[in-house]
Amino acid sequence: MTNSDIQDIRNDFPILTEKIHGKNLIYFDNAATTQKPRCVVEKIEDAYYHYNANIHRGVHYLSQVATEANENSRGIIANFIHAKNNHEIIFTRGTTEAINLVAFSFGEAFCKEGDEIVVSVMEHHSNIVPWQMLCERKGMKLRVIPMNDRGELLMDEYKQLLNEKTRLVAIAHVSNVLGTINPVKEIINIAHKNEIPVLVDGAQAVPHLPVNVTELDADFYVFSGHKIYASTGIGVLYGKEKWLNLMPPYQGGGEMISTVTFEKTTYNELPFKFEAGTPDYVGSVALAEAIQYVEKIGLQNIDNYERELLNYATAKLSEVEGLRIIGTAKEKSAVISFLVGNIHPYDMGMLLDKLGIAVRTGHHCAQPLIDSLGIPGTVRASFAFYNTKEEIDTFVEAVKKVSEMLR
Amino acid sequence: MTINERQDQIIEEFAQFDDWMDKYALLIDFGNSLDPLDEKYKTPQNIIEGCQSRVWFHAEMQDGKIIFKGDSDAVLVKGIVHLLIDVLSGHTPDEIVNADLYFIEKIGLREHLSPTRSNGLVAMVKQMKLYGLAFKAKENK
Repeated sequence: MTNSDIQDIRNDFPILTEKIHGKNLIYFDNAATTQKPRCVVEKIEDAYYHYNANIHRGVHYLSQVATEANENSRGIIANFIHAKNNHEIIFTRGTTEAINLVAFSFGEAFCKEGDEIVVSVMEHHSNIVPWQMLCERKGMKLRVIPMNDRGELLMDEYKQLLNEKTRLVAIAHVSNVLGTINPVKEIINIAHKNEIPVLVDGAQAVPHLPVNVTELDADFYVFSGHKIYASTGIGVLYGKEKWLNLMPPYQGGGEMISTVTFEKTTYNELPFKFEAGTPDYVGSVALAEAIQYVEKIGLQNIDNYERELLNYATAKLSEVEGLRIIGTAKEKSAVISFLVGNIHPYDMGMLLDKLGIAVRTGHHCAQPLIDSLGIPGTVRASFAFYNTKEEIDTFVEAVKKVSEMLR
Repeated sequence: MTINERQDQIIEEFAQFDDWMDKYALLIDFGNSLDPLDEKYKTPQNIIEGCQSRVWFHAEMQDGKIIFKGDSDAVLVKGIVHLLIDVLSGHTPDEIVNADLYFIEKIGLREHLSPTRSNGLVAMVKQMKLYGLAFKAKENK
């Protein structure tokens, strides 16, 4: 992508011209949430102003338009991640809810006392706690794949963890702290040889890399809308039909039923079985809009450009005295966690903020990982395709200045 | 020095700088010059644990006055701890419980340095006042 392409993209994101404490905003907290292009916000406005009605219920015109928009979005999302069927796309509130849904419904259908779930040491809390809750409910055990110093999973150890008690492997596609891109295809192959299904947490992958769930052969793949330039409150669970059909519903209510009597309720078919209550039918439309926006730029172009930013920032930051990067995997997404000397991440983050730079500090909702590294947390800069090398230059100068102040 | 006299001094010290980076530099100085807290007091009981950094407060009674000591692993937070100790330490439980900490507002600390609820000033001030109440209750026994 050329500089003028990037400038055109930046023009689509009105927030990028905001001033923070009198300075130009440099937004490097994209792994937490991304900014929204004008087309997404306009789509939300359009939906509320012109075709707002509860979906799947009304015979009236508006309800049909809204229903079609929602189902059309499901199709766009299915295409985007290369799912075979639209009804394998379940709308959720986000990655967290999607994982909780699987932990509950898959757990109810397939798990019993003594069984095991395998996760990795670099998981976000949302891919740990739902499984821990399942383990507590059923008397099961959580097993953890370790990693090496660079932040790469130890595949031999992983193979050792799998046994006849393993019911499911739940793994991040991309680590939100280290940026490591895990070899999910290989992880899935190994699990499948043992007839174990795999859930992939794609929250940090979908906005940055081309994802093909069919090629990966993932059993479940989950992600959040707000991390891919859409609104908050919408997310996706992709699940293979064969699993979803065998799993009981997660929540009860309207829309997920076929018939209800006080004696017995029969459930609706996929995907509606898992979408109790009025869904976020505007969020789904906004998500489809965001996906089309991203597709127009091209995931491969985005991936290439963000890698360029990552390499540039890694080289520049490495020049800062006393700075060490946490997470140096060979396969890495545009996330850089770092520490400078003994400077506490909180101090660094607070002072960078005063210079207009938004980074995340702390444990990034991955406490077990941070504890295993024996550090108090990290400062994390995470990039998106609207960021520039000039911003990275300003950022690196700011890190130097702040480090001087705090040394 | 009374609680309010020390507060007024601090307000003046911060008022000499217009730029927030300079105010931060002053706060960092406060953080770096805080008397170290003995490791034995860095107990889970004394901790105010938050998302971002850890804060410890220890309090003991000497001649009817509460002596506060504290620490944090982040230097900006340590600066705040130092300011709070400067203002409140060495006063009676009554004075501490009834203190109106207006310096926080005046130097812009609340606006600029209260990013997380648990590590924010509110939690620290509350903890110090709780010590005041506890010692007061002990005195009245």
